[in-house]
Amino acid sequence: MSNSERPNQLFRNLNAKVASIPMILTALVVFVGGTAWTVLYSFTNSKLLPRLNFVGLDQYYRLWATPRWLVSIENLLIYGVIALVFSLVIGFVLAALLDQKIRFEDTFRTIFLYPFALSFIVTGLVWQWLLNPDFGIQRVVRDLGWTSFSFDPLYNSSIVIYGISIAALWQGTGLIMCLMLAGLRGIDEDIWKAARVDGIPMWKTYLFIVIPMMRPVFITTLVIIAAGIVKVYDLVVAQTSGGPGIASEVPAKYVYDYMFFAQNLGQGFAASTMMLLSVVIVIVPWAYLEFGGKKRG
Amino acid sequence: MADVSVAAEAAAIRSAASGPSGPKPRHALSRRNIFLYGTLLVVALYYLLPLYVMVVTSLKGMPEIRLGNIFSPPLEITFEPWVKAWSQACTGLNCDGLSRGFWNSVRITVPSVLLSIAIASVNGYALANWRFKGADTFFVILIVGAFIPYQVMIYPIVIILREIGIYGTLTGLVIVHSIFGMPILTLLFRNYFTSMPEELFRAARVDGAGFWGIYLRIMLPMSLPIFVVAIILQVTGIWNDFLFGVVYTRPDTYPMTVQLNNIVNSVQGVKEYNVNMAATILTGLVPLIVYFVSGKLFVRGIAAGAVKG
Repeated sequence: MSNSERPNQLFRNLNAKVASIPMILTALVVFVGGTAWTVLYSFTNSKLLPRLNFVGLDQYYRLWATPRWLVSIENLLIYGVIALVFSLVIGFVLAALLDQKIRFEDTFRTIFLYPFALSFIVTGLVWQWLLNPDFGIQRVVRDLGWTSFSFDPLYNSSIVIYGISIAALWQGTGLIMCLMLAGLRGIDEDIWKAARVDGIPMWKTYLFIVIPMMRPVFITTLVIIAAGIVKVYDLVVAQTSGGPGIASEVPAKYVYDYMFFAQNLGQGFAASTMMLLSVVIVIVPWAYLEFGGKKRG
Repeated sequence: MADVSVAAEAAAIRSAASGPSGPKPRHALSRRNIFLYGTLLVVALYYLLPLYVMVVTSLKGMPEIRLGNIFSPPLEITFEPWVKAWSQACTGLNCDGLSRGFWNSVRITVPSVLLSIAIASVNGYALANWRFKGADTFFVILIVGAFIPYQVMIYPIVIILREIGIYGTLTGLVIVHSIFGMPILTLLFRNYFTSMPEELFRAARVDGAGFWGIYLRIMLPMSLPIFVVAIILQVTGIWNDFLFGVVYTRPDTYPMTVQLNNIVNSVQGVKEYNVNMAATILTGLVPLIVYFVSGKLFVRGIAAGAVKG
């Protein structure tokens, strides 16, 4: 910098620079610095306190040999596929239904979206109650006379992740519906008219004309859902605390537990770095598709 | 709509021909309408069911819950579970109910909302109207950073807060909320201020107004809707937070969500499902009220803030 020659340079537009200090600190210290710090310390054998005692990839080998981590990853994959497929399909169908110039559209939209205002903790606890085998849906159906009826996803380790997905879908599909509805409203009315004149049935219009036209909306939605999937934590804590056993563990919970309970920081850092890696794998191709070629800020 | 509009189209095409024109009269009970409204009603009932069960469970006594079915309305309405949830429910050794968590959450949410919006709005304004060299680089880092899982950054922040000496205090948590609210809020404000007419800013400059003068006298009063959107976004987001609450506070300063989880999922004592459900409703009440009062602005807020997850 030619600071000595032109002392004004740094102080020009000073107010704007002062106003941006929180952003600069957040970007550099927390986001870049924090991430680099965690990645760096994931190569150490830090236990109770972070120590720069490098052990190479040991933490990662140990991570991928830990059954709990493998269960977490498997759960995240199942949960992720369910959340992606069902929230996209249900969200789109609901949006398409609401887009039929119906009455009470606002009422329906308000009802479909209200769970999104609730926290994952509240969502998890309500569904824990509804799925309670002694008092909830299972009991009600059994009282009706079907005594062998069994529906206890939260207490059955082979299907517990599906029980959690039910709650997640209840909470989140409203948002997807809203995004889809906004996308549908952006489709030119003339497209619909042209399709009708050509006698194309409605479902075909949706499938082959409208959905391809909504590609940007779908991609944005996809990124939003994917970012939410990796972060899933509170819902599991509230609904099952990872149980029964370790059947519903997820990576975010693994990280938290190893950092703050097991006092095995190195494992926590390695696991969180793996989470970061999974986000990078999702985000980079998307960013490349969206912004590839042109430089944009 | 489809068949009606097709008829209208056909009529339009045959417009030269004489005879009756205009859309075919619509039958209220057409097959299409029954299917459409039927589906929507069933789905709406499904969405409302958990809320309904929460409310009726919280109004029943425990004997009735043990005997009856969760969907049946209460035979005898009792508000005792609500009183108990608010002022007597136990977490660990404390038995002063959710009220403590409620006031903690208020003390966390109010300053966090104010601080994060103050920082982000001024910052967005600087990015929109007073760009300086390198500003966009930091902004891009900030936005990309919004996608980094929180788990990657929580421990370094613990260290930073511990060094400053505010780890475990409400001040620390307020700062954390302001940091993680920054990407989406800054984006929101930057985009809004960028869309405002440039002439306005220039005219104010010609009249001699400076950075803060323009912000306070022109930008702020003219962008109240976006401030409301930001407030809605932050109030619900911060109130509903669990992860930061559990990491950056101590048991006596736990926010409501953390305390609620501890009350309901505690392994000691007899489970009182009615108290649990009353506590759950109480915790969900603030964002629900915000949601029902704000209506369409909420939708705008979440559409902008969806990235935050």
